[in-house]
Amino acid sequence: MTELSIAFTLNGERRERRVAAHQTLLEVLRDDLGAVEVKEGCGEGVCGTCTVLLDGEPVSACLLLAARAAGREVTTVRGLAPAGEMHPLQEAFVAHGAAQCGFCTPGMILTAHAFLHQHPHPGREEIRRAISGNLCRCTGYTKIIDAIEAAAAARRD
Amino acid sequence: MTEDSGAGAGVLTAERLRVVGRSIPRHDARDKVQAATLYAADWQMPGMLHGGVLRAVHPSARIRRLDVSRAAALPGVAAVLTARDVPHNTLWTDVPGQNSRVGPLRARLQVLAEHVVRYLGEPVAVAAAETPDALARALDAIEVEYEPLPGAFDPEEALRPGAPPVHDEGNLLARWQVSRGDPERALAQAEVVIEGEYRCQFIDHAYLEPEAGVAWIDADGVLVIRVATQVIEHFRGVADVLGLPHNKVRVIGPYVGGGFGGKEDVTVEVFLGLLACRTRRPVRMVWSRQESLLARPKRHPFRLRYRTGASRDGTLVAQAIDLLADSGAYAYLSALVLMYATVTAAGPYKVPDVSVDARVAYTNNPPTSAMRGFGAMQMVLAYESQMDRLARRLDLDPVAIRVRNALRKGDRLPIGQELDTHVGVADAARRAWAALGPRRKPSTPGSRTGRGLACNIQPYGRIVWLHDWASAWVGLEMDGTAVVRTGVPDVGGGQASSLCQIAAEVLGLEPDRISVHIGDSALTPLAGTTTATRQLYMSGNAVLSATSGLRQQLLPVAAQMLEAPADRVTLRDGGAVDAAGRRVALADVARECARLGVARSYLGVYHAPAGDPVDLERGGGRIFPDFTFGAHAVEVEVDTETGAVAVLRHVACHDVGRAVNPQSVEGQIQGGAVMGLGYGLLEEVVVDRGVNLSTNFAGYLIPTSLDVPDVEPIVLESGDGKGPFGARGIGEPPIGPPAAAIANAIEDAVGVRLTELPMTPERVARALGLLPSR
Repeated sequence: MTELSIAFTLNGERRERRVAAHQTLLEVLRDDLGAVEVKEGCGEGVCGTCTVLLDGEPVSACLLLAARAAGREVTTVRGLAPAGEMHPLQEAFVAHGAAQCGFCTPGMILTAHAFLHQHPHPGREEIRRAISGNLCRCTGYTKIIDAIEAAAAARRD
Repeated sequence: MTEDSGAGAGVLTAERLRVVGRSIPRHDARDKVQAATLYAADWQMPGMLHGGVLRAVHPSARIRRLDVSRAAALPGVAAVLTARDVPHNTLWTDVPGQNSRVGPLRARLQVLAEHVVRYLGEPVAVAAAETPDALARALDAIEVEYEPLPGAFDPEEALRPGAPPVHDEGNLLARWQVSRGDPERALAQAEVVIEGEYRCQFIDHAYLEPEAGVAWIDADGVLVIRVATQVIEHFRGVADVLGLPHNKVRVIGPYVGGGFGGKEDVTVEVFLGLLACRTRRPVRMVWSRQESLLARPKRHPFRLRYRTGASRDGTLVAQAIDLLADSGAYAYLSALVLMYATVTAAGPYKVPDVSVDARVAYTNNPPTSAMRGFGAMQMVLAYESQMDRLARRLDLDPVAIRVRNALRKGDRLPIGQELDTHVGVADAARRAWAALGPRRKPSTPGSRTGRGLACNIQPYGRIVWLHDWASAWVGLEMDGTAVVRTGVPDVGGGQASSLCQIAAEVLGLEPDRISVHIGDSALTPLAGTTTATRQLYMSGNAVLSATSGLRQQLLPVAAQMLEAPADRVTLRDGGAVDAAGRRVALADVARECARLGVARSYLGVYHAPAGDPVDLERGGGRIFPDFTFGAHAVEVEVDTETGAVAVLRHVACHDVGRAVNPQSVEGQIQGGAVMGLGYGLLEEVVVDRGVNLSTNFAGYLIPTSLDVPDVEPIVLESGDGKGPFGARGIGEPPIGPPAAAIANAIEDAVGVRLTELPMTPERVARALGLLPSR
């Protein structure tokens, strides 16, 4: 089994790891680095549950080979705010009841975060399109869109 | 020591509620948005092994040879187990009170396949290994030789004489019948008769969190299983399989990443127990999405035949209903699902003469069991399509025909149960339909818009002869904070958080002064299952009972401190207050209780209304504690060139009695409505002669944010329900109406009637004649 040494930044901290060539970033994050805040929903890149940010762009960690993260910045939902604090997007998810079972929530928040970074003043339909790669089985999406809309509006004020 | 519900209801009237009725964020939401919540698969322990299941590759076959010796000898493999290693290789399903022609049911499920496999994906062996790679090699190295057998793959086919028997006792698993009046005569005399046949499909729960758990033997010798489950009380079934005393198995239920009925039956628990007991090491088992889609029980497909008779003014006179459902290879909860279907098949309407003949058959398809709506939801497509067709035939308004026939308080269901709380059907129908507002114009020349309405009836709480109960313990700490302990699994519906609000209300505390400990079969008082839309109703009443009991202990002590009569003292804002506004802090009351030796805790138990089994055929008694009613109205746009259907507006109205947390109620309604929309338009587990073809998320389509509109909830609060403060259950009901409302809207738009789910573009195109019909 081919192994590689890689280094990447996880939520601002440099990590060095020996990984197997076939290992996904999701496996390394969850099983090796204990970053269980990244959830696995389907393992085939469809549901968006395992979304992390790679240099700020949302990616499905279940499809990305860990080796591809070498030299790059990986951000999970834990990296959005200092420990003990919450990012305004997280606050908005709480206030609007956007998390029910909570399993899709970390990936959903990261997708929304990257989207709002590039589209600070989105319309509701744009938000709807932006999160269409992140499945949620509990909420029917309305309260998630409400939360993202509110977070964007709060930034504008 | 214990008392039933209602203890606090007299003291706290709705007008004076401070915490109940507020849309406060759930106490678990902050953890969830920060991903601090540790779900079943997130749990890790030192020395933990990885467990997995080898599954059958044929839908019907004899196992000629099963040899695990090569697998067990591989490096890194700790255990490989087959049926021979299971102390009692049977899980039982009891259906007490079954009166069917099939006889009392005690259906069994083999834990690991012995001699035969009855569906593709049935567990044959389990293994545990040091790493996921070693586990995969072990499962690969298990040698199984199958002799494929003929199978039954369709319930009609399965019930024909000479069909291959799925089980020795025959393929008819259960049959329920209802007979009220003389529907055949009434139909013969009816001025209008509508006949319809409808079909609905296998679907999957598709929660985002696949089945998972970790098991270990604790220092006290107790087998502990921390598992994603709706039912921590499966510890008993696990103990029976393992041959352990019930008190040596403990199930911990962490926050669940979605349940919807799919984590109601046992999933990984027994396998984890077997592997942990054999290896004496912690074992984790996480099923892949593909495994979950392949082998977990699905929603029952039904074939529904309806004959509906009415007079010319639209008054219903008769319904003759014939139902046939597919149980797949094992019974699981099929007999009960069928009973829910039977009881609700005539819908939320007054019908003098009704017959229902309902059967469920074994096949070699994937097993079917509980899913949100539990048999009652499948009926809505049929009874609401029939109502709509009747309205069209008689040129009646869709609201008018439903209001004319709607059940009201005091009416009886065909099985004889009297409805003894508010029945909000008519009101919900009017409100939902009116909320649609002005009609939208089609967005393209080739499109047509249309509107549809559908009402529903869904029980909440378990069947009365199951003698359901729930308990909760509440204690006051010396600093004036409170602790609630109750064995409730929280599957994401806000179960724990609502209990927190109820406790806060009764104890006069802010919710953040209360800790709720849930879901531990050894350490929290048992509260039953998070199923059957029962948790707010049952555990809510238990928490109401516990906190009211505690309050009654605290008030005399506080009164003494305030030198006021006890009946003039109340709990408010973290203290006890008398009529003159004098106040003593709850922490001081706690200390005074300690000094006087007055207990600062209370165990509350709520017993649901109980009854004897009802003979459905003769009818006459209560079957469910109560029902929730609602109506959905939709506006759709149908593309007459492609058959694609888009839902433009979706209004969902339910009487919830009392909204303990309106935001959570809205969330249940919106989420349930969207799940119902997926059922109506998108979702199907395709099974071809026992072979499941929908085993990944790329092929099994649940609604994305682009497939659905913003569902607009209308929350009615009649105040007349059997839960705490008059609440009714709302977990399951919103999934019922959408498919029927959409089917009705499609006919309104383009004049064709869809009778089979899902209503895909292909089916709509066939109905429109754009494609040849099949």
